[in-house]
Amino acid sequence: MTQEKPKTYVTPEIKARIGVENPGQASSPIEESDIRKWAIAVYWPAQPPRVFWDVEHAKKSRWKGIIAPQEMNVFTWPAERPKQRLSAAGTGQPGSRILNGGSEFEYFAPIRPGDVISSNSKLAEVFEREGKMGLMMFQVTQTDWTNQKGELVKRSRTTLIFY
Amino acid sequence: MSNLTFASISEGQELATFQRTTDFMHWNRYAAVNDEFVQLHMDDDAGKKVGQKGAFGMGNLQVAYLHNLLRQWLGDDCWVKKFRCELRGMNFKNDTLTAKGKVLKKYEQGGEKLADVELWTENQNGQKLCPGSATVVIYS
Repeated sequence: MTQEKPKTYVTPEIKARIGVENPGQASSPIEESDIRKWAIAVYWPAQPPRVFWDVEHAKKSRWKGIIAPQEMNVFTWPAERPKQRLSAAGTGQPGSRILNGGSEFEYFAPIRPGDVISSNSKLAEVFEREGKMGLMMFQVTQTDWTNQKGELVKRSRTTLIFY
Repeated sequence: MSNLTFASISEGQELATFQRTTDFMHWNRYAAVNDEFVQLHMDDDAGKKVGQKGAFGMGNLQVAYLHNLLRQWLGDDCWVKKFRCELRGMNFKNDTLTAKGKVLKKYEQGGEKLADVELWTENQNGQKLCPGSATVVIYS
């Protein structure tokens, strides 16, 4: 028996989540060491640029101090561990399999040592398309990071494709 | 310091590449700073179980390499305004990953000098793994 083709993956539960803001927790204060270690990891095995770890050098830059690499994740190592991530395989059923549909970032204020970043995310957009893998649902999540002064730091839009 | 100026940038210009041959030395360090301990990035058997040839590197490490490419070009002044990319391929152990870029357009907007750049990472076979683009500010 062939499986009936689904007409939509957008359940009422998903519809109800669109546009609803989910305030996350604030980050721990960003430390110089967090920035230095991130920079070392992403430049390994070369020495990272001094603006990420040498205070005196960074003071002379246009940033007047150390800044974080723009792509740095400041929400790592929470004591309360998040639930398991979504698995790319899902349950194997149509609509539960997931592909990474890409990311978009807009950067505003730089992240500096001492900053405390707050995150706020929402399901911004849901749409469907027929593709070569059949029906595909695109979920776009928008996440804003704001610093302790209320300045917007980063806006991310990440797309997950369910098929 | 970068001696780059807005005047010296030309559309179509290719950026100097940023290259890494990656293995667990890179991935484990990235796992540590990004708190990203996933079997698929740590264990060849886990990769094989999902039909891959082994463990593979984090997609976000490729995102970082594309930022490194821009920083290598613009120096300490580097400021990325916008960035987008799609992860299309995996970075396996001992692959040589090259981040490449090409200036699409330079222009002034809202009092800022900007350049749009096409970006991607590719492996040693020339397969594009993470294509994307960015808009950067040129301060000089």
